Order: sequence, then structure tokens, then C-alpha cells
Amino acid sequence: MMARGMLLVRPVWAPADVAVSAPALVKPALSPITRRRLRIFLANKRGAWSLWLFLVLFVVTLFSEFIVNDRPIIAAYKGELLFPFAIDYPESKFGGFLATTNFRDPANRDEINANGWMIWPPIRYSYGTVDNTLPVPTPAPPGWTMSTEERCSGYPQGVDDPDCTLGNMHWLGTDDVGRDVVARLFYGFRISVLFGFVLAGLSSIVGIVVGAISGYFGGWTDLLIQRFLDIWTSVPSLYVLLIVSSVIAPSFWSLLIILLLFSWVTLVGLVRAEFLRVRNFEYIEAARALGVSNFTIMRRHLFPNAMVSTLTFLPFILSGSVTTLTALDFLGFGLPAGSPSLGELLNQAKSNLGAPWLSISALVTISLMLALLIFIGEAVRDAFDPRKNVA
Amino acid sequence: MSPLLEVDRLTIDFRVDERIVHAVRGLSFAVQPGKTLALVGESGSGKSVTAASVLRLLPSSARIGGRILFNGRDLATATDREMRGIRGNRISMIFQEPMSSLNPLHTVERQVSEVLSVHRGLGRSAARARTLQLLKDVGLNDAASRLDAFPHQLSGGQRQRVMIAMALANEPDLLIADEPTTALDVTVQAQILELLKSLQARLGMAMLFITHDLGIVREMADDVCVMTEGEIVERGPTERIFAAPQHAYTKKLLAAEPKGAPPARRPEAPVVVEAEGLRVWFPVKRGIMRRTVGHIKAVDDVDIQVREGQTLGIVGESGSGKTTLGRALLRLISSEGRIAFLGDDIQARNWSQMRPLRRNMQIVFQDPYGSLSPRLPVGAIVAEGLSVHMPDLTAAGRQERVERALTEVGLDPAQADRYPHEFSGGQRQRIAIARAMVLEPKFVVLDEPTSALDMSVQAQVIDLLRELQRRHHLTYLFISHDLRVIRALANDVLVMKDGKVIERGTADEIFTTPKTDYTRALLAAALHTARQPVLELQETLEAPQ
Repeated sequence: MMARGMLLVRPVWAPADVAVSAPALVKPALSPITRRRLRIFLANKRGAWSLWLFLVLFVVTLFSEFIVNDRPIIAAYKGELLFPFAIDYPESKFGGFLATTNFRDPANRDEINANGWMIWPPIRYSYGTVDNTLPVPTPAPPGWTMSTEERCSGYPQGVDDPDCTLGNMHWLGTDDVGRDVVARLFYGFRISVLFGFVLAGLSSIVGIVVGAISGYFGGWTDLLIQRFLDIWTSVPSLYVLLIVSSVIAPSFWSLLIILLLFSWVTLVGLVRAEFLRVRNFEYIEAARALGVSNFTIMRRHLFPNAMVSTLTFLPFILSGSVTTLTALDFLGFGLPAGSPSLGELLNQAKSNLGAPWLSISALVTISLMLALLIFIGEAVRDAFDPRKNVA
Repeated sequence: MSPLLEVDRLTIDFRVDERIVHAVRGLSFAVQPGKTLALVGESGSGKSVTAASVLRLLPSSARIGGRILFNGRDLATATDREMRGIRGNRISMIFQEPMSSLNPLHTVERQVSEVLSVHRGLGRSAARARTLQLLKDVGLNDAASRLDAFPHQLSGGQRQRVMIAMALANEPDLLIADEPTTALDVTVQAQILELLKSLQARLGMAMLFITHDLGIVREMADDVCVMTEGEIVERGPTERIFAAPQHAYTKKLLAAEPKGAPPARRPEAPVVVEAEGLRVWFPVKRGIMRRTVGHIKAVDDVDIQVREGQTLGIVGESGSGKTTLGRALLRLISSEGRIAFLGDDIQARNWSQMRPLRRNMQIVFQDPYGSLSPRLPVGAIVAEGLSVHMPDLTAAGRQERVERALTEVGLDPAQADRYPHEFSGGQRQRIAIARAMVLEPKFVVLDEPTSALDMSVQAQVIDLLRELQRRHHLTYLFISHDLRVIRALANDVLVMKDGKVIERGTADEIFTTPKTDYTRALLAAALHTARQPVLELQETLEAPQ
């Protein structure tokens, strides 16, 4: 902006015949092509709504600790303000002896309520919390299918028990260990999406780098990379994944790396084709004539072109990653036992056919998440399609 | 005599992203039977859209208003069925780009006979005989063996002949020629124009000739309409327009021929770039073992010397190796033979050893659309070389140099944060020149920098280049197929054909006393002087059975 202001004055070196025109119109924040894409994206109602809905779900589940947790958000105890959702307090603080405090324990609850107060999240279970006060054998059906007396019959004082609240109700029942299904869905959705994001991001980075090298240098480099890819993609990846994850103890990151081994190939072909096409353009030759290094040419001139195809593909890679993770969890080779995972919930639904609340909630969550991602992906693809007319 | 085609208050609007673009506003003209009307204008004047509208070949976003009367029938309101009966039959069209106007998967015979079978219902053998006749008529040599050729086996000129054969297959009353020779070499151009003229005389058809090239207009047209911004600003018989133009725009067009004189010749000036025995051979490999069976000699034993402050012009048609020579001199492609820059041999240097020298040797490319990265603002494009060669420069210093370079090429530095697509072709070429000039090079290779530009813009860019050379004492290697441009800029000229230098000398010698036939043919074609007949039609055009 400063430069434009300065140039209102004719520069001293300007020859007399060069008219310095009035300052250009203020440049809009988005380039015209970006605005056009945004318009096409928003014109696709299904895609736009899917994006908003997905964003709402994602942001809400990001803050799961405030909504679905077995610890209070804030508590006051003997004049001291505590934040149990973030900080582990030893039980000795409240007169007990355990290393961490179980705030759901009636003894602790009564102690704190007697000397202060607690603010609980709307649902008082975390993904791993086992409810020992269930009135029926696990898996327990949703709380609203029972009367209040029935629901609270597991508590020592029945309906009059301080724990007989809506916050302690299992809205979607429990699984066969007695864990709350809503809590597991919240955390499971979050971990699936996060895992999908990280995996899609990492595979894009690896795929773009390999595709860029393959396409830019061409010749032998390209030939070797392409033949390697031919071999790599013909490996039956699911079996390799099963074998590897039965040897290595699965964790979020080890699983990510194992899946990354096979998922990075998706983008290579696309990026390579884009680089092969663009590298013969004259502006690449011009940059070479300026002495610009190969890396800079790739980064500055070629990469933005490859971005379009990458962005178009990203939602689909994302949904693919989520599906793979769910499949592995379902087979029992996924995230470590006890993790909130949608695949594991599906597996439980399979073994407990008499508990339809398990299968229905898992199915609805997974299909909703994948459908939203696909709808967003379709809208993004249309937005980047240069032949698409604005409706 | 009533006109064959009468266009009455034609308007064409396009809907682009909610906006309405008026491509043609209230155009009226008439084409008499057997006569040629030329629509002349620069790019964006709406002349091609007008031509396409006659056959209703516009995209669906176009809205046509007014009347297009062909033999009294209004084509603007005709049904699609009626239009199909007219297209390729009563009115046919030849397009600019012979490379992409033919289906690459169909043989020549199939392309041409398609028109015959659609409109005349000719059977296979009859269509084949007629196709052969047509190919002979358009002067395709060895026509019988070309019937089964695919487009990629033909040269550009041959392809354009096939296009013309297709257009003439049903002896149309009106031929629309949309820049039919623009993509062709000058000598081929001359042949095609000659062919069109003789065919027109034999068939008595009318022609609507669309072009930006006034030289062609003078040669071909009976009447001229000068178009700019979707309107006709002047019309009249060709001689009158050329002799006494009335409208300012016509005068500007006519005055747009490249003018001016190259820098004075100084044979004693120090040599900046020198090459001896320069060769660029591409191996031709065959078989499973990829044995090298021969070479395509793009540049073959060329000796060249460019002196300080001088301009060496390299002339040749496409495929003559002139562009390859320019890039080989800058070591952008590998070559054999000695290349010396300011006295030291640079052939042995590797890519990173070349980098410090690149500041002094720059290149400007032909295509102003392809040579600027579409995703960078103009300021960043110009600054790119600075970050490589003057990395110590502060942001402010870099900005100052970019602004100075932009100002020097006649652009407003305030536009530095715009993107290339917001500029016209001529402005883009100025940006490309600024990118080269910001490094203050000694030697600049100009690879057809004007050939993609409109006439009037061409002249401005040439003036700019000459001014920059004078001011900074630059050395140019100017590559072009256009002798008019070469005459305005170069003081020494080298004529290339098939990778070899076939004639060299001072510009005066080449232009006044050319020694080889090839140079003479080039000169005649480019300058539209009297030319010897290049084409003899052996066959007479027979009426189809």
C-alpha cells in the first residue's frame, strides 16, 4: 500500500512520455479466479451445507472435553478454584489416597459438594468411563426407553440419589463394557477426523514431493519412480497392514505411519502429470534463463498449478483415510484397545445384534461423516473445474 | 445485383459471469457474389465472432441480434436443420489453426469425404474419386498417396490445403476464411493465398476474408471493412482505403508497419557472443535397443558473431532451427561446438557455473501468454531474477528496481501487484521485456517477441526495443520469421534453413541484393512485392457428377 501511495508522484526516472496513471482501484482481497471458485462452491447448496455442518460437528467435537467428560469443568473446593478437565488432581487433595481423583465417586462428590461446588459438562461420561451403576446387564439400552425409577435403580438411593440426573443418563445406551455410546461417538468422531486430516496431509506432502520430482526431472528419474510405484501399488496393502500392525504395537502415530506407507501414492500421478505439462511452458524456461534454481522453480511456478488438483482430491483422500482407519478398527488391528473408535463400536454392534442402538448410532455417524466429506469434495471439484459455468 | 450475404445491424453479446460483454454492436455489411470482402481488425475487434455468427457456430452463452440474410433467408432465425443444410454446403469456412482443425484420428480421405457424403450422399468410391480430384485442385502434391495419410503426417501448409479442399468440396457460394494463413510460414502463406484466389476465380464464389494483416487484404480483397471494438469504422473499395483512409483508426493501422532504422553498423565493435561450429543434433532412436539410427540436425555447424550494441537478425521459417540456435547460445539446451561469451568459453560450464553469467544474458520469448507465470503478480515476476543475482538487495531496493524496469518499458509501476491475465498481449510482452531488463544484461536474445502481437502493438514494441538498446547499449540477437520486423531492427542478418545458415550479410545486402532463391522467396512473400507464381494448377476443376 505504501508503494502505491509513493507512486502518485511521477518517478524521476520516468521518461516524459510515460504517463503515471491514477492509482489503480483497490485490489480485492481475493483474486478474481478465487472469487469465481468460491461462488461456484457456494452455488452448490449441498456442498456448502455439508461444509457448514461438517465444520460445526468438527469444532464441537474438538471441544469434547467440555461437553462429554467424567470430570467437572470447574470446581471450587475449600475456597480454591480447580479446573479438573485440564489438570489431574491427586485424590489426597480431597482426603482420599488414589493418584488421580475419580470425581464420579460418591465419596469425592460429597466431599467437594460439602466444601464447595462443581460444574459438570452436559454429559458426565468420558469415552473410557465404565458405568458400574447400570440397572440392567450391558449393553444397556438408551436411558429414555426406561422410566426414571428403572433408570436410577442402580444408584444406592434410587430416584432420590444425587446422581439420578439427565447428565448421568445414557442417551444412546452403553456398549458391552458399560461405556456411554454418546461419549464414544464424540471422541471417536474427533479422532477419526483428526487422523484423517493428518494422514491426508502427510500423504499429500509425500505424494506431491514424489510427483514433483518425477514430473519435473523426467527421464530416468521419472522412469524409476513410476516403475517403483507400479510395484508398490500392486502390493496387497490391506494384508501388509494387518501383518505389520499385528507385529508393531498400534498407537495413533504408528498406525498413521503404517497407513501412510500405502496412501501417499494417490496424488503422485496427478501431480506428476501437472508438472510434466507445465514444465514445458515458456515461463519455466524464462525462469531457467534467469538462473533460478530447480527447487525455486518447482516451489514458485509449478507447485501452485499442482495445488488445484491436490485440493480437488483432498476431501476424497480424507474420506478414504477415515474409511481405512474404521476398517482396521473393525478388524481389531487399529487404534489401541480402549481408544474411542467408530470401527470398534461397529464391531461391538456386530457381536451384540440384540442391541440395535449400537449399530444404528455407529452407522449414522460414519455415514454422515463420509457423506458430508464426499459432498464437500464434489463441490470443491466443481469449483475448480474451469469449464463449469456459473449457474 | 443483390448481395449474396447481407448482415444487417448484427449484435452479439456474451454472458460472462453475470456480466454482458458486447462483442459486436450493430454491424452491417454485404458480400456480393463472386467478390471478396475483408474484415480487418486487431484481436478483440469482434471479427472472428462475426464470421462464426454467420454459420451460427457461437457458444451457447452468445446472444445474436439483427439479421443475417443469405440469399434472402435470415440465418439468425433459421432452424438447426436448415443450418446443417447450409453449413459446409452453401457456406463453408476455413479456420486459422490447421493443426487443430483436423481430426487427428481420421485419414485425409475420411475428413474430406465426410462433407460429400453428408450433403450429397455420395457412395464410397464416388466420394473417393471426388476427394482425389479436390486434393489435386488444392495443389496437394502426390495427392493419390495422401488420401490415406493422417494429419500429423502433413505439414502445416498441406493441412491447410486439406482444410480448403474440405471447404470447397461442395462448391459453396460463400467461403468464410478466418485468418487462414496466420499460422503458416510466409512462403506457404503466399502459396495458400494464391490458391484461394485462383479457386475463387474458377468457382465464382464469394469470400468473406477475416484477417489482421493489411498486406493480405491489399492482395485479396475487393472491399474492406475496418473493425474495432465490435463496430465498423470505415468501409470501401480496397484501393480507396489504402490510398486515402478517412478514419483515424484506419490511418493508425496503416501507419503501424514497423518503421525506423537499426543502429549504425560498427564492424569494429567488440564481440559479445561468438560460436563456432555450433551443433544441436537430436538423436533418432529406433528398435528395442534404442540404437541411434540418425540425427535431426536442428542446428548444424553454425558460426555466429554478435557485436556489442549491434543487432543480429536471424531469419527463417518454422523448423529452420533459429529458436534452437538462440537457446543453445544461452546454454538452455545442450549443444556441441565452441560458445564464447565476452571472450571466455562457456560451453564447458555446468548449470551452476552458468548462473553468475545469466545476469548478462537474457531472453524474451515469443508467446506473451505462455512466458509469464499466471499465478504470480507482475512485480514478483519481474523481481524473480533480482533475488537470484542480487540477493543482498533490500526489499525496498528490489522494489525500486522493479518499478524502474516497469516504467522503462512503459508500464505503470502501480500495477505491479496485478496478475498477468489483467494485461493485454502487448503489455504482457512489455512485462517480459522488463523481466529481462531489470538485471541490466549485456546480451538479449529476442525470440520472435513481436509475432504474437497485433500490428500496431508490434510497432510500439519494436520502438521500445530500439530505445532500450540505444539507452543501455544492448546487444540483441533478434530471431524472427518476419522480414519487416528484421528490417526495422537488425543491422546484420543471417538466413537459416534446415539448421544451416544459407546466407549472411549486412541488412542492406540481404534486403537489396539477396543471393539465394530462398531469401528472395522470403522477401517477396513477406513484403508482398510482385511474386513469381509459386503454384501451377495442373488439373482443372470439374463439376461433380
